[in-house]
Amino acid sequence: MSLAKYPSAREADRPPLLEARNVSRTFKVSIGMLRAKRTLNAVEDVNLRIRPGEVVGLVGESGCGKTTLARMLLGLLPPSSGEIRMDGRPVSALPRRQIAALVQPVFQDPYSSLNPHKSVGSIIALPMRVQRHPDPGTWRARVEDMMERVGLARRLYDNYPSQLSGGQRQRVAIARALINGPRLVICDEPTSALDVSVQAQILNLLQDLRRDLGLTYLLISHNLAVVEHMATRVAVMYLGRIVEEGETSQFYRAPRHPYSAALLASVLTPEPGLGVPDTQLGAAYPNPLEVPPGCRFHPRCARVMPHCATIPPKPIATPDGFVECHLYDSGSQRGSPA
Amino acid sequence: MSERVLTVEDLRVALPVPAGTLHAVEGVSFHVDRGETLCIVGESGCGKTLTALAVMDLLPRRAERSAARLELEGRDLAHATERAMADIRGNRMAMIFQEPMTSLNPAYTIGNQLEEALLRHRRTSRPEARERAVSLLDRVGITAAGSRLKQYPHQLSGGLRQRVMIAMALMCSPSLILADEPTTALDVTIQAQILHLLAELQRELAMGLVLITHDLGIVARIATRVVVMYAGQVVETGSAAAIFAAPAHPYTRGLLACIPVPGRTRRGERLGTIPGMVPSLIGRMQGCTFAGRCPHVIDACRQSQILLEPAGADPHFVRCIRHREIAIAAGPEAAS
Repeated sequence: MSLAKYPSAREADRPPLLEARNVSRTFKVSIGMLRAKRTLNAVEDVNLRIRPGEVVGLVGESGCGKTTLARMLLGLLPPSSGEIRMDGRPVSALPRRQIAALVQPVFQDPYSSLNPHKSVGSIIALPMRVQRHPDPGTWRARVEDMMERVGLARRLYDNYPSQLSGGQRQRVAIARALINGPRLVICDEPTSALDVSVQAQILNLLQDLRRDLGLTYLLISHNLAVVEHMATRVAVMYLGRIVEEGETSQFYRAPRHPYSAALLASVLTPEPGLGVPDTQLGAAYPNPLEVPPGCRFHPRCARVMPHCATIPPKPIATPDGFVECHLYDSGSQRGSPA
Repeated sequence: MSERVLTVEDLRVALPVPAGTLHAVEGVSFHVDRGETLCIVGESGCGKTLTALAVMDLLPRRAERSAARLELEGRDLAHATERAMADIRGNRMAMIFQEPMTSLNPAYTIGNQLEEALLRHRRTSRPEARERAVSLLDRVGITAAGSRLKQYPHQLSGGLRQRVMIAMALMCSPSLILADEPTTALDVTIQAQILHLLAELQRELAMGLVLITHDLGIVARIATRVVVMYAGQVVETGSAAAIFAAPAHPYTRGLLACIPVPGRTRRGERLGTIPGMVPSLIGRMQGCTFAGRCPHVIDACRQSQILLEPAGADPHFVRCIRHREIAIAAGPEAAS
């Protein structure tokens, strides 16, 4: 797919920091004691490139495969097929420690992602121990510098997670992720467990860190307002596939995929008088064990056409990304982009 | 045609804790009319859930509740016996909780639990109860309602479970529904659907709806009137239009500045924050509870009890002695 027209072409020419090439992941799930196991396609033939300096927002409903994809990108889960490449090399060929030096995660729930028996200082220092950082005598100073950088008072060094607020815990998680200077941070719903005033602080912090340290983010979130605020590119996942990818302002101004449009329509902005929109998406997210034939979104699609039920759409290049929808097929039955 | 459903006056909830008494709800007053949606908004620990539980008389046992007035459809709830409350709960008023999985009984079928709600309060037969269950499941958008009755809660998705909870709340046609963060555990698309449904049902059945949420987006879209709570107190209350057009309390202003709004906040621009933390509610507070975090604080804020005072032509009240100066200083564009 041509990326020549992508607005920041200079950036686009740089090799991706992290790349998923035709990545799929299946799980065997049992649906009953005596019944045969079935195959769940959590991620199916996904391509995603994260270039240096980008903030890629990955959005979609629960169960769409966002977290499975993130775990593969972190090198925590091998793909069933396809390849993850990190800094131009296949992840499968990289030693675990080298992956960890490049990519670090920040998880959603700062209550369960920190060891309750370790002090703040030792939680943040752990990655240095893992990477056998030289000069242990300097570690404390490094940790304290990092604490300051993420807005944690140095006096909290010997405190335990249970003594911290949710926002402080998330700052600890961010400090731990950054202590070894990774290039890419995968943030999986980093603020959804936090109050809005704390969410704003963490988002501001992530912005500052990105600017100061030249970080690249993959931001996984169901909050489309947060993604709009943070991301430079947006990828929308639905039932294991990325169905649209594009540049953020373009995406929010004119989403191409009907599913993207429905997602955006569901965002409740604080504007009184608009009422609650009717998304017309049907009552439930489909069972990932029974992926509909043809376009997997067609049973919920407001603009469904007859052949959507039988022919799976192929990715179609757009000036700033791609979309996977029959409305954009060239030639027959072209729909007017809404 | 405004018909008062719920009246709450000077509601207080105190919890004994090892360090003293925690004043979780401190003199909260509000009312709900038929066909009206009142949103109680605030961050964790501000007392919004305890307020709802106090109305339902479902507080933890050690909590102490007091109120100058607590009335549902003119009936006194403050002094109602446990038995009288059991007859009112689920019948005249019903509650919908955040996590439907924990509020449905995993050991009983959906049908059983729905029918139970009606059989407990009405003299009807099981077939009649089943008929109402099916028609309500149908109304809340659950397809193949008849066969769903035999399913157990774990067989349904989160969105469907919340629909079941709503159907269950409606079984006895209550005049008031209290919904505590009903969509916080759900995806955005499902959230919009559930709120759409709640708003529709509320209009159709002319119920009073109290919706508790931390999400100002939800408040803006669904509320008729708003109560903003902070540290156990109402700090601002008024029509949704007034609160969003001219937020008067520094806390409300701070909350609105915190949230990114597509098309309004610039990408990557710093979001507003509210520095500091919620004060401890143990023991008595002097002066304004928000003083420690407020950018406009002056000595007078800490000295005396701050009362709610009118903030505009509409019924709009704010607990801040400096709200007029702040509004003038911020200028007309401050509302956005």
